[in-house]
Amino acid sequence: MIKNNIIRVAVVGQPNVGKSMLINSLSNSNLKVGNFSGVTVEKIEARTVFNGFEIVFIDLPGSYSLKDYTIDEKVTTQFLDSDEYDIILNVIDSTQLEKNLYLTSQLLELNKKMVLILNIIDDSEARGIFIDSIQLSKLLGIRVEKSSAKTGKGRDDILNSLILSARENFIESKLQFSQPIEEELENISKFLVSINRDGSRRESLKLLRGKKIDRELAPILVSASKHLEVHYADLSIDEIFSEERIAIANGIAREVSKMTITKNRNLTEQIDEILIHQLYGLPIFLFLMWLLFQITFELGSIPMNLIDSVVASFGEYIGNYILNNEMRSLIVDGIISGVGAVLLFLPNILILFFGISLLETTGYMSRVAFLLDGFFHRFGLHGKSFIPLVTGFGCSIPAYMSARTLKSERDRLITMFIIGFMSCGAKLPVYVLFISAFFSSDEAGNILFGLYLIGAILGLIGAKILRKFIFKGEDEPFIMELPTYRLPTWKLVWHTVYIQALMYLKKAGTFILVASILIWFASNYPKIETANLIENNISKTEIKKFELENSYLGLAGKIVQPVFEPLGFDWQLTVSLFTGIAAKEVVVATLGVLYSVGDEVDETSESLIKKLQESIPLATAMAFLIFVMIYMPCFAASIVFVRETGKKIYYLYLLVFTTITAYISAFITYLIFTKI
Amino acid sequence: MKTLYELKKNEKTKVKTLHSRGVIRERLVSFGIVRDAEIEVKNCNFSKDNIEISVNGTFIALRSEEAKSIEVI
Repeated sequence: MIKNNIIRVAVVGQPNVGKSMLINSLSNSNLKVGNFSGVTVEKIEARTVFNGFEIVFIDLPGSYSLKDYTIDEKVTTQFLDSDEYDIILNVIDSTQLEKNLYLTSQLLELNKKMVLILNIIDDSEARGIFIDSIQLSKLLGIRVEKSSAKTGKGRDDILNSLILSARENFIESKLQFSQPIEEELENISKFLVSINRDGSRRESLKLLRGKKIDRELAPILVSASKHLEVHYADLSIDEIFSEERIAIANGIAREVSKMTITKNRNLTEQIDEILIHQLYGLPIFLFLMWLLFQITFELGSIPMNLIDSVVASFGEYIGNYILNNEMRSLIVDGIISGVGAVLLFLPNILILFFGISLLETTGYMSRVAFLLDGFFHRFGLHGKSFIPLVTGFGCSIPAYMSARTLKSERDRLITMFIIGFMSCGAKLPVYVLFISAFFSSDEAGNILFGLYLIGAILGLIGAKILRKFIFKGEDEPFIMELPTYRLPTWKLVWHTVYIQALMYLKKAGTFILVASILIWFASNYPKIETANLIENNISKTEIKKFELENSYLGLAGKIVQPVFEPLGFDWQLTVSLFTGIAAKEVVVATLGVLYSVGDEVDETSESLIKKLQESIPLATAMAFLIFVMIYMPCFAASIVFVRETGKKIYYLYLLVFTTITAYISAFITYLIFTKI
Repeated sequence: MKTLYELKKNEKTKVKTLHSRGVIRERLVSFGIVRDAEIEVKNCNFSKDNIEISVNGTFIALRSEEAKSIEVI
């Protein structure tokens, strides 16, 4: 029966039933993390050994029902239909028996061995809900165990039940639908037997539900559906079955559970009176967000600076031992600084995901969507788009990753397409440089704020346009549970943060490293003979300028420059746009080199500011700022974008979308400023 | 026809008919929003585009469009 004493367990449950926690406590956290094929939904496998059996748990994404309503549900349904597993472990929230049994009734239809876990049992008992698990087990025809993942209660019982069920023969479920459906099932079954075919309940159900097309049975099926239509007032067969299921769930829940105390206003309701209050809800949320971003980017900058200086001094140290110039440049400027670039974002990602997983595990994230959906929906976005978008003001990489909280593919894609409009931290030096060059210090603050605002507004308009022309279709409905507030469990929060960090380092990390080396190569090669320049007493800055100008990157910039002629960009500005692809703050250093001021400049460099004032008119400067604000994300962000969207073609769309928007906006800016 | 959207905060009633079809209907039903289910409006957001209701101890957020499709007694 059981191959090599390995039991594969598909763990299924609705969202917020404490599934991950349960797996954690069942398996002692022996985790393997991957993705479900073709989608960016995490696949977590955990294993444990018990009584000589190796039990493998596959954590399927939380699903309210087996419908392709969200990516998560699609993945779960597909896995259950076509992957290999021995037994289903259906985890349910004891405090919401009826709603959870809806999914259970669908799972029973799959005709797989199954064990049911009444999770969070301590909570429901504390609320005065007592569930007769023996009766429930009889009604469903499967083993039922009570559990509290918080206290680890019931661990051995669950593992035992899994092993016992896996070794037993499968018994078909005894769930009964209402009279008209049962009658029709019997009719179909009888007919099937009479023509010497499989007349099992399972087969009849499939036929009645229209999951299988069959000419031989067409007449009997037509009469069946006519009969049902009479009973169910013109509902479709799927609609009928969904009502049947909730009726079954309701019936079972009533039969097995007893409420002993009258329901007083529970804690969740009291908290929600404040947290999603019509007036205070938003300010409280904005304050929490402000706090999260302060911590992410302020606190995060400490380890970031540390990583930066450690990587730099490590590079210098290693560099001293490498005699060959080109080798040294490759290792120090290419590989080591590439690794540095990967590590640099890690503190941000860790802190942000710590915060986000707190918001999610406590149940607050759904409230966020509730509070903001009204505003964001007008732009074709979702309430939950807020967090990725605001994260975008810090850095696009964690922003793209945090878009995972959006369950609808379309909402997620639109959100990801406009994250770049939220000016990230690396664009700030560019803004500051140009603003201090062209505006007085009294105006600077307003102009800077204006730039951020314009970016955000353009982003929202962009979202609306994408929604209207690219990601078309009916609006997805917004029917979302606001789960009971729960205290976060540190184990689970740590687990989430750890997995995010691991995925980032493993997948994005390697690509970012390769990309950094490529950019290093493009800006350092082909090597130009500079010996005679040095002899002719030409300054070091001039040589650097000469080298960059003739590198592949510089050449590319020069070739493309005519395209930017209408915006007034000279070749220096164009080349800096190219180097800016490596990282936006590199634009400043490049301009320093190309305007012959040296590469040791930052945005406050007096000589560079002066040079800019002399070399370019205001209109060009403003157009350049707008272009930098919108054009393609840096390489590292691009790689994360591709990984998170799961399709390379979307990156192409992103390039086209951002480049065209950037060009048009910059051109309009240029026209406006040449007129005044 | 009186819909869920017209109810005031903390007003309780029962569901009469669901006017939406297909997936939306199935989703509402899976949350226990069916004929005769007791339903209570808990909160709404600033722009009143979304409301929160309670059914069988489950809190569910809806957009106004969905709320308008649920007829109540």
